[in-house]
Amino acid sequence: MHEMAICQALIDQLETLAADRGATRVTGVLLRIGPLSGVEPALLDRAFGLARAGTVAEQASLRIERLPVRVSCRHCGRSSEAAPNRLLCGHCGDYRTRLVSGDELQLARAELEIPDAVEAAG
Amino acid sequence: MCDTCGCNITPGNEVLAHRHHEGHDHTAVEVLSSLLDANDHQAVHNRAHFRSHGVLAVNLMSSPGAGKTALLEATIDALGREFRIGVIEGDLETENDAARIRARGVPAVQISTGTACHLDAHMVHEAVHALDLDALDIVFIENVGNLVCPASFDLGQHRNVTLLSVTEGADKPAKYPVMFRASDLVLLTKCDLLELLDDFDPAAALAALRALASEAPLLHTAARRAPALAGWLDWLRTVAAGLRADTPAPQPAVAE
Repeated sequence: MHEMAICQALIDQLETLAADRGATRVTGVLLRIGPLSGVEPALLDRAFGLARAGTVAEQASLRIERLPVRVSCRHCGRSSEAAPNRLLCGHCGDYRTRLVSGDELQLARAELEIPDAVEAAG
Repeated sequence: MCDTCGCNITPGNEVLAHRHHEGHDHTAVEVLSSLLDANDHQAVHNRAHFRSHGVLAVNLMSSPGAGKTALLEATIDALGREFRIGVIEGDLETENDAARIRARGVPAVQISTGTACHLDAHMVHEAVHALDLDALDIVFIENVGNLVCPASFDLGQHRNVTLLSVTEGADKPAKYPVMFRASDLVLLTKCDLLELLDDFDPAAALAALRALASEAPLLHTAARRAPALAGWLDWLRTVAAGLRADTPAPQPAVAE
């Protein structure tokens, strides 16, 4: 299970972000994850509960947006939704497709609590 | 959006919303960075480092027991006079694999990952500094035997090679799409056993690989039968030659 290592990297990013913005706490985190990132959202969610302890994100809520797998066909030019292990064109069935979406592993947004005196950024 | 102060409230954080006006300001920041940003940066550095020394880096991945170390032993025996080879070995525990490689007369660095199920770019970076890259042409990185976790971590390799042994199921590419999709080459290993195993269909393995929109070649190998390695060795020669043709003249100062 590599979700713990990925959570640790997430926490590191949040610590840096909070320090840069003068935030005392991170209250919410939004991730966007596609199935072809190789990361299991449920495991990541559980790992986050452990990894955040004692950090700036100790009380942060985690929301994970799951993105669909979409491919664009290099043969017929159209795009379609696909399954992670069947990335064929939904229209003509060709296997020469390009992944348009589905491998994301992204920190999309963080909600920060910034003490009043500090001007809000972002 | 919160009506009072304009901060972003999501279903996930609305329980915290009542704290808004206790002398704090809430700000939502769009970040849009990869969760593996730090690893990816290190991987880019590793790749540039290999390249500046004219070294081809190949990341070998497979399930445990598919024959990565045996393939390396046979490859060293076959190409040892043609290329100067070095190996980075990733295992949870033991130096056994590095010892097997060193016994073939090439330098090997063992990374013991402890409980970590994969190598990452930082571990490889440390290991690279234990190798003399100026004295090498190819570095093989033997990843931890695991078809799941290693797929998510760029190490700074130039090529990913995944081994699928014929003692496994031919549907492995369908079961582990992330790993096989990331492969530049898939090696069917232990093919000398095919005559004994009537339940492994190489055509089915190829079909499962193509269903991942992968155009990676699938080559048959058998580490214990030298002729069966020809396709793999030729692939290595071609990739190494391509990298060499593409490598800029050595720079006097290499950014670390």
